[in-house]
Amino acid sequence: MNSYAFSFCGTELLAMGSGALFWPAQELLVVSDLHLGKSERVARRSRQLLPPYETRDTLNRLEDAITATEPATVVCLGDSFDDLDAGAALPEAEVMTLTGLMAGRKWVWIEGNHDPGPLEFGGTHLAELSCGPLTFRHIAEGDTGPEVSGHYHPKTSVSLRGRLVSRPSFLVSTRRLILPAFGTYTGGLRSDDAALTGLLDAQAYAILTGPLPCAVPLPR
Amino acid sequence: MTQLPAPITDWFARKGWTVHPHQRAMLEASDAPAALLIAPTGGGKTMAGFLPTLAALHDAPRQGLHTLYVSPLKALAADIKRNLRAPVEEIGLDIRIEDRTGDTTYTQKRRQRADPPHILLTTPESLALLLTYEDAPRIFAGVQRIIVDEIHALAESKRGDQLMLALSRLQALAPDLRRVGLSATVEDPLGIANFLACHPAPTQIIQADPGPDPDISMLETEEAPPWAGGGGKYAIPAVLEQIRAHNTTLIFHNTRAQAEIFFHNLWLANEEHLPIGIHHGALAKEQRLKVEQAMVEGSLQAIVCTGSLDLGIDWGDVDLVIQIGAPKNVKRLVQRIGRANHRYNAPSKALLVPANRFEIVECKAALDAALAHDLDGDPRGPGPRDMLCQHILNCAAAGPFEADALYREVISAGPYARLSRAQFDECLEYCATGGYALRAYDKYQRLVQRDGLWQLRDPRSAAQIRMNLGTIIDTETLKVRLKARRGPGAGGTPLGEIEEGFAATLSQGDTFLIGGQIVKYEGLNEMTVQVTRSPSDKPRIATFMGTKFATSTQLSTRILDMFQQDSWPDLPGHTQAWLQLQRERSKLPEPGRLLIESFPRDGRANTVVYGFAGRNAMQTLGLLLTQRMEQQGLDPLGFVATDYATLIWGLEPLRDPTPLFDMENLRDGLETWLAGNAVMKRTFRNSAIIGALIDRMTRGARKSGRQATFSSDILYDTLRKYDPDHLMLDITREEAMKGLVDFGRVEEMVRRTQGRIDLLELDRVSPLAAPLFLEVGRVPIKGLAEERLLAEEAQRLFDDAALPEKITSPKRWAVPY
Repeated sequence: MNSYAFSFCGTELLAMGSGALFWPAQELLVVSDLHLGKSERVARRSRQLLPPYETRDTLNRLEDAITATEPATVVCLGDSFDDLDAGAALPEAEVMTLTGLMAGRKWVWIEGNHDPGPLEFGGTHLAELSCGPLTFRHIAEGDTGPEVSGHYHPKTSVSLRGRLVSRPSFLVSTRRLILPAFGTYTGGLRSDDAALTGLLDAQAYAILTGPLPCAVPLPR
Repeated sequence: MTQLPAPITDWFARKGWTVHPHQRAMLEASDAPAALLIAPTGGGKTMAGFLPTLAALHDAPRQGLHTLYVSPLKALAADIKRNLRAPVEEIGLDIRIEDRTGDTTYTQKRRQRADPPHILLTTPESLALLLTYEDAPRIFAGVQRIIVDEIHALAESKRGDQLMLALSRLQALAPDLRRVGLSATVEDPLGIANFLACHPAPTQIIQADPGPDPDISMLETEEAPPWAGGGGKYAIPAVLEQIRAHNTTLIFHNTRAQAEIFFHNLWLANEEHLPIGIHHGALAKEQRLKVEQAMVEGSLQAIVCTGSLDLGIDWGDVDLVIQIGAPKNVKRLVQRIGRANHRYNAPSKALLVPANRFEIVECKAALDAALAHDLDGDPRGPGPRDMLCQHILNCAAAGPFEADALYREVISAGPYARLSRAQFDECLEYCATGGYALRAYDKYQRLVQRDGLWQLRDPRSAAQIRMNLGTIIDTETLKVRLKARRGPGAGGTPLGEIEEGFAATLSQGDTFLIGGQIVKYEGLNEMTVQVTRSPSDKPRIATFMGTKFATSTQLSTRILDMFQQDSWPDLPGHTQAWLQLQRERSKLPEPGRLLIESFPRDGRANTVVYGFAGRNAMQTLGLLLTQRMEQQGLDPLGFVATDYATLIWGLEPLRDPTPLFDMENLRDGLETWLAGNAVMKRTFRNSAIIGALIDRMTRGARKSGRQATFSSDILYDTLRKYDPDHLMLDITREEAMKGLVDFGRVEEMVRRTQGRIDLLELDRVSPLAAPLFLEVGRVPIKGLAEERLLAEEAQRLFDDAALPEKITSPKRWAVPY
């Protein structure tokens, strides 16, 4: 799997084309906003019957990322489940896959706004995690130290000779890194939205996910 | 009923009018289960439809809804209300006439449900919506007649299928219902009759006198048209001269973008300030109403327009219709010509303006066909199943139903007369459970069966179903407004709308054309594009999806036949010389053979396939051929398609074309190619919305920041991966094949030429191929091309921003695993 290497607050990181972040020095894999169980929640709450395969797909892609990087630790950066009931209603086969992925490594569930409490999946449940110079939390906070977060599902658009390409993307600011959503059924918030630009400084750039991830400056 | 009551005949006499023969025939057919009137514009068609109703209500006054009238346009319903009220009052009939459309107020609509008028004028959507209410049986119980106006236009889209399904429901509620269709001249009256019929009952067809032949010719200009392009700019002086010489001229264009450019150029040349307006579907309602008003008042001398003016509203004293660009379709041309001279028995006057050299030939073919009354059109395919799914849900919203009874109703509708029970059951299953191979929704089924009756599991679904009703899918557009002088509000004058995709390519300071004005992009405010007026030499042109028509099969055949003539005395000299030169240097394409030219140019090997299958099919052919050529190692780099030919350029010349046109190979290629194709994804989105797999995205929802909803593309990819046999994918395939993919015409081309392929290897570009090099819309061969472009663009952006020191490895691609 292709990835894009970059430096962030003294660490060397890899932004993977799938939307996962890998920190080789710590053997740490980070994914954000998996939203497992989304179609179940949508059916329950808005009576729409979406193709019920996104949990399977998200887990398959997570498995690929784990196979590619063999991490010692996996951090799920919040909103791992679309809500706690959706987590509890996960089908047997998906629970098995998830349990298999967790076996033999440290697994951290960071709390998100969709999944504020622990579920019966084992692993460590935390509000935030500190590791070396970095703090991992779901939603970016005010003026803090070097921080890795998710929540906003950022996407960035680039115009290629009239053709518009829009992809989920990492947003890299001097002391803040925002991850794209990893879940299959997740939309995106344009990186030029005020909610995001307010969090980024003048040096910020985006790394577009895809077969060959690449960095572009953010339009100001 | 065959006799008109005295007050009505007296009224005709007072007006000095006689009852037209077709109006009398409609009266005589008033007891037929279905009657179809085919008459030219201005032939008293609407009156013919309503006369039996007026007579019946005179003879036997009654309460309650008697006649429904359905038209494709809200404006047409309002127009008819005005035009019908006058005679009703003058005759002294006590008949209440009201309209009900998307513009009708909430109070008015509620009152109409409680106390319906005698005659209700409405649209397919409003009728379908009325039928979803629980009190529909009471409202419609005694309805006697339904009049479907402009049925030929409705039959061309899914709105027609929607309406016929609604009629099947209505018929069950009102067994006495008789159907009347009013149609412009069409090539296949029987097809429309089948569409309208309540199967197995027949439809009686009544043909009115078509009136005199139109006075139609090609506009002669001093300057020859250009080799390629579609604007018709060269003809502007001659068009202005025509405008001056007539009272009111309608100038039709095939696309909105072309209408915008032409209008802009017309204004630049309009030194006398002739009053000229522009009208198309993407302009703000306020702007369109202003133009329509001016038109009715007679204060405009010309209107530049698109299909938005195609339908039968009476715009007053139009005495000339100009068609810019080849009409692509003879039927549409004839109907447009009918817009001029709204007097029965007066010939309509029309001018065709070919936009480029090839279109001279096409316009000539269209002109001949129009004069020979040789209309074209493809037979209507079976009714789309996404619409059927919506209909099943609509019925469930009105109340519990029995599957057997609903199936019987559905197959009484023309478009669904051949629907199998298995197909129906599959749609019902989809509506109930989602129809997935993985049964995940037992707890959340949309429909459940209780005591043999299907019904909504959750009654709250009814409101959702009503909100999703309809077949018109908006492309995602943004409103454009002039920036208010003061404050940040979105309160400036509305100008129209542009597609979101186009808006996203604009950056501050870019200028573009809208409604004939050049405006400057200032920014985006709450889903509204804010602009200021700004003069600029090179404004960009907003793109609009899906407005390109393909040349019809019949016109293409006429062009091929014309090529077989020894000489072309009817064509302008420059065109004759051009065709003659093609005959000397290469060959002119023939009806029963496939001509392919191969020649070098600019260091590349070029292949031109003269398939004459229409733009969409030629585009599909380009994709299929390049895919196959890639496999053969010919390294194709890209292609461009027109209505008559596909030009492919690459590194290696084509030597053996025969295997490329093997039907099996083409079909295999189609399977692979369809997978990730943008056309399929767009088709899927439409079907998924119509079939209620996903909710319609209202403007309000988008505005309220629900951007977190993901695109339908993701659903499409997921379904293909995990549930490839799902009903919605099957429907998508079927819809794409008859729509933008148009594979049917590729097949028709292969059948027509039967392997009789002439490959001509030339040393240079041929005269007929030369204009292809000027065509826009070149398609690069996909694959990693997009990634390569993206990388280049990223580098360029960083160079511009001069930021590289922030990033450790802006150029290196790390592939660590």
